[in-house]
Amino acid sequence: MSFFQQLGHHALAAFQRLGRANLFLWTVLVGVPGLLFRLRLLIQQLFAVGVLSLVIIVVAGLFVGMVLGLQGYYTLVDFGAEESLGVMVALSLVRELGPVVAALLFAGRAGSALTAEIGLMKTTEQLSGMEMMAVDPLKRVIAPRFVAGVLSMPLLAAIFSAVGVMGGYVAGVTLLGVDEGAFWSQMQGRVDFHEDIMNGVIKSVVFGVVVTWIALFEGYDAVPTSEGVSRATTRTVVYASLAVLGLDFVLTALMFGEV
Amino acid sequence: MSNKKDNLVEVRGLTFKFGSRIIFDGIDLDLQRGKVTAIMGPSGTGKTTLLRLIGGQVRPSGGAISVDGHEVARLTRRELFELRKRMGMLFQSGALLTDLSVFDNVAFPLREHSGLPEAMVRDLVLMKLEAVGLRGAQRLMPSELSGGMARRVALARAIALDPMMIMYDEPFTGQDPISMGVLVKLIRDLNEVLGLTSIIVSHDVAETAAIADYIYVLSQGKVVGEGTPDELHHANSEWVRQFMQGMPDGPVPFHYPAADYAQELLSREGRR
Ligand SMILES: Nc1ncnc2c1ncn2[C@@H]1O[C@H](COP(=O)(O)OP(=O)(O)O)[C@@H](O)[C@H]1O
Ligand SMILES: [Mg+2]
Repeated sequence: MSFFQQLGHHALAAFQRLGRANLFLWTVLVGVPGLLFRLRLLIQQLFAVGVLSLVIIVVAGLFVGMVLGLQGYYTLVDFGAEESLGVMVALSLVRELGPVVAALLFAGRAGSALTAEIGLMKTTEQLSGMEMMAVDPLKRVIAPRFVAGVLSMPLLAAIFSAVGVMGGYVAGVTLLGVDEGAFWSQMQGRVDFHEDIMNGVIKSVVFGVVVTWIALFEGYDAVPTSEGVSRATTRTVVYASLAVLGLDFVLTALMFGEV
Repeated sequence: MSNKKDNLVEVRGLTFKFGSRIIFDGIDLDLQRGKVTAIMGPSGTGKTTLLRLIGGQVRPSGGAISVDGHEVARLTRRELFELRKRMGMLFQSGALLTDLSVFDNVAFPLREHSGLPEAMVRDLVLMKLEAVGLRGAQRLMPSELSGGMARRVALARAIALDPMMIMYDEPFTGQDPISMGVLVKLIRDLNEVLGLTSIIVSHDVAETAAIADYIYVLSQGKVVGEGTPDELHHANSEWVRQFMQGMPDGPVPFHYPAADYAQELLSREGRR
């Protein structure tokens, strides 16, 4: 094949895949309302997707918060502004690091697991088997996982931010001796509910949708061999992480741009 | 023989392609109600694909498949799902749901479709498991089952909704002699006792010939032979005889097409 033929071939394949991914999302969304009658399926997935990601989120949140506390202190203290440490830590976490880092960790922990699970179900003909039993795997298997991912992500991001603030407190107040009252009161005064917290929540909802969508689609669309599944898992982590970082820029520009 | 009308599945002029690769090139099959029909052919001829076509998971590129009078490719999704509730399929791997126990696997189609109270689901599941001799294994997980047991559980699941037909994809492949014997007997018995129509796709000649009423032999997208097991053993076609008797060389050559052996060994360009 000539170079241009190959180029065209790849481009067409990519667009086809994008089309399939969109159809996939649409079909899954159609299946979501039915979950109201099958809450047990959803709860199982909330556990698998959300609760099992808690440990990594909490540990990472603590360390990120502590590092923020240290670095923030060293910078602020030169200006005699170390009492603003609380604000700095909280804003960094709530606006950016909470949603973004939690989403990256979520892609690595839950996203890869979802892709591998769905891919293996496809490889072992479990999905085909369901279809032949007149059960729609998109409704029975994919939709609960999708909803679980979308619900878990903002909660995990919030937990990440909360634990991160604690980490900042430990580093700044306990270790470096920043005034405790200033740390909390400035934070309370300067962090705005709509501007900061809600925007962070919106970000993490968007990331939740995107990461879960990519993870589930990659699994569902995987080449049904062990090699295909391992490639799909890698793609999930790469694409989901890049999508999170790219979207974060877009969302940040939209949210905090004009003001 | 005037039972020409009594075909549960009729395949007419079926063609099917994967991309530009032709898998089926105009085949006709009649699968009679109440019989065990085998479809045989070497690996990669498209036997699994044929079952998927019958089950409506893939659409033919041409021709028609009708099941119980319905043309599969024309059904709406809802109608197709209704039809599938009356078709059981046993996948090559068993396709048990790995996160559910044996009991829950067999209960799965009942819980999804029947709306029966749990007590009745339990009784039905136990009956189906008893029929395949695995009532004692109900609490095991699929990972704890041997290959033969997994297939029997899958069989119990396939008959859970009392289908009119069952499709078996390579039921004998990779089984030890005992499980093989068990499966052969089960398939035949279930067909009689439940009044099923069975379709077996396989390349295990001896076992399949032992239970099939009628056999189609496929190769390279065509039906190359058909008849009762006896008729096929004495078929005129050399190819069919080679296949049925499992001879390594014959019309189907042992060697994959290749350049001349001596020349390739001597040529320098091929070396790295
Ligand atoms: N999804 C697919 N895309 C392209 N080719 C496929 C696909 N599935 C199967 N094939 C090809 O179609 C042929 C028939 O496959 P299959 O029905 O599994 O054969 P069999 O069950 O007789 O071994 C094989 O050669 C296989 O490589
Ligand atoms: Mg096969």
